[in-house]
This record gives sequence, structure tokens and C-alpha cells, in this order.
Amino acid sequence: MSALLEIEDLRVEFRLDTGTVTAVDGVSLHVGEGETLAVVGESGSGKTATALSVLRLNPEPPCVYAGGRIRLDGRDVLGMSAAQLRRVRGNEVAMVFQDPMTSLNPLKRVGAQIAEVVRRHQGAGRAQAREAALAALGEAGIPDPRRRAGQYPHQLSGGLRQRVMIAMALVGRPRVLIADEPTTALDVTVQAQILDLLVDLQRRHGMAIVLITHDLGVVAEVADRVVVMRHGRIVETGDVLDVFERPGQDYTRELLRATPRLERA
Amino acid sequence: MSLVEVCGLSKVYGTVPAVDDVSLTVEEGETLAVVGESGSGKTTLTRLLLRLLEPSAGTVSFDGRDLFALSRPQLRAVRREMQVVLQDPYSSMNPRMRVTDIVAEPLVTHEPSRRGRRGRKAVRDRVGELLDAVGLSPRVQDRYPHEFSGGQRQRISIARALALRPRLVVLDEPTSALDVSVQAQVLRLLTDLQRELGLTYVFVSHNLAVVQQIADRVAVMRAGRVVELASAATLFPAPAHPYTRTLLDAVPDPDPRRARKRAAA
Repeated sequence: MSALLEIEDLRVEFRLDTGTVTAVDGVSLHVGEGETLAVVGESGSGKTATALSVLRLNPEPPCVYAGGRIRLDGRDVLGMSAAQLRRVRGNEVAMVFQDPMTSLNPLKRVGAQIAEVVRRHQGAGRAQAREAALAALGEAGIPDPRRRAGQYPHQLSGGLRQRVMIAMALVGRPRVLIADEPTTALDVTVQAQILDLLVDLQRRHGMAIVLITHDLGVVAEVADRVVVMRHGRIVETGDVLDVFERPGQDYTRELLRATPRLERA
Repeated sequence: MSLVEVCGLSKVYGTVPAVDDVSLTVEEGETLAVVGESGSGKTTLTRLLLRLLEPSAGTVSFDGRDLFALSRPQLRAVRREMQVVLQDPYSSMNPRMRVTDIVAEPLVTHEPSRRGRRGRKAVRDRVGELLDAVGLSPRVQDRYPHEFSGGQRQRISIARALALRPRLVVLDEPTSALDVSVQAQVLRLLTDLQRELGLTYVFVSHNLAVVQQIADRVAVMRAGRVVELASAATLFPAPAHPYTRTLLDAVPDPDPRRARKRAAA
């Protein structure tokens, strides 16, 4: 089976006045339908630059895709025209970011923001888009979607805002969901609910998830496979159980050792 | 006698109690952790402990002195003995000040003899000692905050907090903004300093796994109240309050086997 999303030897550079920074240096990874791949690393490891590359969302310039290939269902993403990219974004590949407050428009009701996505990407009419938005909010586990749809982002808690972001990401029925630190800004009990929601939605729709995180606990909870990154390169990759129980690299061992774990015995 | 005694402490904003009838003690030389989710009142509680806020009701005594009954000069004297380290070391430093002046600020504020040219040499020597104590080279004195990593900046914050040889240090999420490997180093530094200097810590955190590493006793807060207060040795294996159990259950476990078993249950 060929992977739904395949990155091969990707090289991403930021060409700044002060010199060239290689943010991603020869990264290869793949993820298939219904699978969750975690990309873990500390700050500056290149995990976010890798994720943003899939939708060509790194700012160009200063970003230059200096080498490698990204294939989405066999098609070359780095060679796509702006129009082709627009069709991919939000339809085939959607993203959820860490901070829902900065990714939502503070001046628009959340229902209208989701409806706008439906109209723009699926060419739906007003009424149809509104219904789709309500259904998406409900599916994202938001109680009383009709009332919530009429509210503004600041009227919602952090957890509800992240659910709105997930509803917005999934309303286009993407085949790949890229979640960049989706629970980092949330309280721990809310984080657990959001992770459950993602797992549940994946079971229902079979999308591939690329989960960007710094938290090995989150990886252990939800991912099938893991890619460990450092300084723009892949240090180690494999099945989560294998990597956590038999880490092959010192850096992975060091990360695992530094991760605080709760002992309840 | 306890170093800090909090009795019936409340802080009400409008009609919302941010801290609601809290009583607890902090013993000399121990680490008391205050844990809770956002909005639980943990930060407001620490602001009251430092008398950065006036309470709506209740008392705080520090070393037998009623904080809210003290005159300005008396309060100034007590403040030397209580210091604080905040979550984000960058926003708690003046970006235009050099490290030497940042660390020396409490010294020159509280000890007028240290001001001016005559005090300069003594101040630099003391700052050098403090930087050395937190694992930084005394040679970094003339640098600015932006030249340091997050972990190094947090070490500078700790050096500043120790400048006046305080007895109590309030640590408000001191490692939440740091990468895990750096977090582990800073936690170790805090433990070492406590042992060497006989410090008393109030450690505010939302991360129970981190709290378990450092706390002697734990106060769990929810909606302004302390719902459980117990020694770490009792609380983690046998939480008494259902909310404590919920919090503990929500912590992601970096052991994929246990995490999976739990998800399946």
C-alpha cells in the first residue's frame, strides 16, 4: 500500500539577511489512511517547519524548499500551482494549531467562520453551509451547537475553542489532518478530552493524522508511529512501542528520561 | 511555628471568588506545591502570599508577622525574605538591562549602600557568585536577556530571586515554558539550591508529574478552594478527592503500554 502522504528527503531553508538557516535537513516520513504519526522534538527541531511544508505554509520568502519531494496521494505538492494548493488546503489536508484564539477571527461568530470554509471550499449555498457548520460543531463534541454557533471566540473556553478549530478542520472531510501541538495550551483534563475526540473522529472517518508535539506522554497515548526530530533531522523513527521501549539513539533515551512521569504505585 | 500561615483567605473579584476560604501552612525548608487548572485560583493565592494583592478576608502570617497589618517599612523588610520566579523569564526582565543589573536589582533596591559607583565592585562580585550558583558563567554579566536561551533566562531569574538570601521563594510555573530536557535541569538546580540554602518553596504548577518530582506536600485547588492537601507520598498513590483523581487520570503517560491499556478500558 502506498502512503497517503509521503515526504522524501525534504530540505527547507530560511534565507535571512544574516545567513541561511536549514530548518529541515533531509527529512523523510510517511503516513497512511487511519494512521497517526507523531513528530516529536524540542523547540527548534524543525517539526513545525516540516508540518507547514505539507501545505506550503512556511512564508516564502524567506523560506525556500531547497530539496526533496512531498507527495499527497501520489501528487507532487511542492510543484503545485497556487490554484492547485488552494484546492488541497482545507479539502484534502487540514490543520489545527496550538492556539485557537489566534487562529479564529475574533470579530466573527464561530458558526459563520465554519460556514465560510464550507462555502469557499465546497461551493455550498448559505443554508447548506450553515447546516454543515452545525453538524461539524456537534461532531466535535460541542454541546448545544446551535447556541454556540452564534457566539464569538472570546465567549468560549479554551477547550471549546479548540473543538471549534477541529470542527472547522474536519468540515471539509480532509484525508490528512495535521495537528500542531493541538493540546499544549489546554488544561490537562481538557487535553485528555481533545485527544479522545481526535482518536474518535479518526476511527469514524479514517483520516491520517500527523501530530506535532513536544510531549512524549501525548505520543504514547495516541500515536501508532513516531518520528523523533532534532536540529532539522530525524534522529529515530519507528513504531511507538518499539521506540519507547527500545530507543536506538541516545537523544531519544535522553528525551524519555527527561519526560516527567507520574508514579502512582 | 510554620514559616507561612494562611488562615481563611479569600479574594473576591466582583461576585466571583478567585480564592475562597483557603487555610494552609508552609513549613520552613519544605516544598509545598499548589496545583490546579486555569482559573483555579493558584496564581491569585500566590499574589496574596506575597502581598501583591489585598485579600477580601483572612490573614497571611510570615514568620509570625501578620502581612496585611504591616506598615510600609515593615513590609519592605519582610519582602527581602520572600522572592518570586515567574513562568516566562523573558517578560519578567527588562530587555534593555544587562544581566548584571537584572540580577543586582533587588540588591540595589534594598541596600542603598550598594548603589552608585562605590557599590559597583561589590555588586559585580555578588552577581558573579549568584550566576555561578545557578550554573552560569560569571562572565555573562554584560550580556542582554535576548542573548540567552529560555533555560538560561530562567537561571538568571532564579539568581535574581536569590540575591537577597530569601527564606521563601514562590515559583510560579517556573518550568512550563521550557523544553523537557531543560526543565529537568532547572528542577535539579532548584532542588540543589534548596538543600544548600535551606530554602522554602511554594511551587505552583499545573503539571502533576513535575510536582511529584519536587513537592513534599501538595495542595490541589479548584474554583478557588483547596480540595485536597496531603503529603506527596500519600496523595499520588491514594488521592482522597475525586477531582484529584480526575486530574491524575488525565496526565498523559509516556508509557505506551499503560497508556493503551487505559485507553482500551
